[in-house]
Amino acid sequence: MSEKVRRLESKTVVMATENIDTDQIIPARFLTTTTRHGLGEMLFADWRRDAQGKPRPDFVLNRPEAQGARVLVAGRNFGCGSSREHAVWALTDFGFRAVIATEIADIFKRNAVKNGLLPIALDPASHARLTAAPGQSVVIDLESQTVALPGGGTAPFALEPFARYCLMEGVDELQFLLTQDAAIREYEARAGA
Amino acid sequence: MTDRIPLTLFEKIWRRHLVVPGTEEHPPVVYIDLHLIHEVTSPQAFSELEARGLPVRRPDRTAATMDHSTPTVLDENGRPRFFNRETEAQVETLRRNCEKFGIPLYALGDSRQGIVHVIGPELGLTRPGMTIVCGDSHTSTHGAFGAWAFGIGTTEVGHVLATQSLLQSKPSTFEVRIDGRLSPGVTAKDLILAIIREIGVDGGIGHVIEYTGSAIAALSMEERMTVCNMSIEGGARAGLVAPDETTLQYLEGRAHSPKGKEWDRAVSDWKSLPTDAGAAYDRTVSLDASRIEPMITYGTNPGMSVGIGEAIPLDANEKSLRYMGVSPGERLLGKPVDVVFIGSCTNSRISDLRLAASVMRGRKVAPKVKALVVPGSQQVKKQAEAEGLDRIFKEAGAEWREAGCSMCLAMNDDKLQPGQYAVSTSNRNFEGRQGTGGRTFLASPLTAAASAVAGRIADAREYLQ
Repeated sequence: MSEKVRRLESKTVVMATENIDTDQIIPARFLTTTTRHGLGEMLFADWRRDAQGKPRPDFVLNRPEAQGARVLVAGRNFGCGSSREHAVWALTDFGFRAVIATEIADIFKRNAVKNGLLPIALDPASHARLTAAPGQSVVIDLESQTVALPGGGTAPFALEPFARYCLMEGVDELQFLLTQDAAIREYEARAGA
Repeated sequence: MTDRIPLTLFEKIWRRHLVVPGTEEHPPVVYIDLHLIHEVTSPQAFSELEARGLPVRRPDRTAATMDHSTPTVLDENGRPRFFNRETEAQVETLRRNCEKFGIPLYALGDSRQGIVHVIGPELGLTRPGMTIVCGDSHTSTHGAFGAWAFGIGTTEVGHVLATQSLLQSKPSTFEVRIDGRLSPGVTAKDLILAIIREIGVDGGIGHVIEYTGSAIAALSMEERMTVCNMSIEGGARAGLVAPDETTLQYLEGRAHSPKGKEWDRAVSDWKSLPTDAGAAYDRTVSLDASRIEPMITYGTNPGMSVGIGEAIPLDANEKSLRYMGVSPGERLLGKPVDVVFIGSCTNSRISDLRLAASVMRGRKVAPKVKALVVPGSQQVKKQAEAEGLDRIFKEAGAEWREAGCSMCLAMNDDKLQPGQYAVSTSNRNFEGRQGTGGRTFLASPLTAAASAVAGRIADAREYLQ
């Protein structure tokens, strides 16, 4: 059972770079952990800190206005690359609850919804309004599947209905899969599996 | 003859594995035939099972190995020399979990250990028509056998451990058709890099690719694995090749391949898998293999590549070029390199090592270049040593290591130093992928070996012997 997510209002952080891969979100050297916790510290580690471990002042997540933002607005194809769910765990541990891009990589998207992180793919025009207004407030409404944009107007987004249901009700997919046991048994018998 | 709707290879596998069709309330439930696990993306899934008091439903359909964070060097007693305590603890955690849940484990020290996507096919665990998952995006490799194989996150690893099933919306199909013949010195790696350049790193999102055409049919199984391996670099979670005689020849006699009458039954079933004439794909792209040159990447994603003699495009992404220290219009040929890495689930099989050795034979790795050759599995290592390839590499001055993922993702001390340039046969040239600040040029084993000898990025066609 995870936290129910129905509506999210937050200012944004904008990282408009395209193709941000999961190696940037969390480098592989931090994947030696055996838990899901505490990875926010390593989020974008090599973009946030220099070789000596000092914060890079020009990196957006290090700026004071980024503090408390729960919505990350990123460029096209966010989360491409490795299947590491650590990327999602790092984002949520840091405090993010949604990622908005024009396109989000398949494996990342599936990992996101399982951890209460909303993967929102918006049309390019609406997305451009968000990238042009960093730090402004947006409202993501799962009920109506819309994002209220800064300066007025809303943009619709698609979300797989079951993922939406799980997010809104705080249900996890495994609970559902476990209720399918009879059908799985029947399949195994039929397929000789 | 009854009229049947012609189906694609993927559609046939999909229909066979449907446990519960999708409804308005939930996506379809599909059955998973084979679940491969490794030390890095499984610990949290086992913890979840334990927290809920759940068993592993089908340990017999699960297989584990150690590859991602494992050392590729041994200590003076012949034992793995772990990089740090965390990586050792992770390997121990996998060993404990496998013992507790009765999962077969090809552990460090086992003659069958190796990179998960190398040993699955090698052991005959990977077979046509299967659904295969692993907590690793390069699971697409197994698609070379006409299996639907894709990477999943750790939460889904838990789902499969507990139920042997996954909730899956049906992906679209994407035919990548390659006709014509690859020229001498042009390999499967060059082919897939050319494909990714064509479709883009996000071109395959939401799709399962099927690679078709005469150039694909002409590839060996290991070459097909190289192609399918990098499907995810084109955004597609899975990439398939229809099973044919080449597939059967590879599989016959493998440890887990069916035997006797079961083999005959399996073969006649596999022969029904290829896409029917007239079946429709949602999308098709075609390429002519004969026009492909040896490829090399210049940027920070696998779609940013050029033919080895071509100039970097004038409109290439500025941020990537700055990171790489290269300029628009520049040609990479002749650029000095510090490290050459030959290995990874893309290019660490015996045929890859033979290619690299064919260039290094009787030559020396250039002074100041560190060359690392890391076989994909203990079996590949043994085979290479039986053929004397290890001697060729060592005499050339390259290091010959134990099987594992190694410098592909730099989870141990096989990594680049900040600013270093590497020609690498792996699959990702992302910033820092092979070590913080390291800069990667992806290329084929031939190009990598030629560059090691030259000390600079080289055209392997001038080094064929």
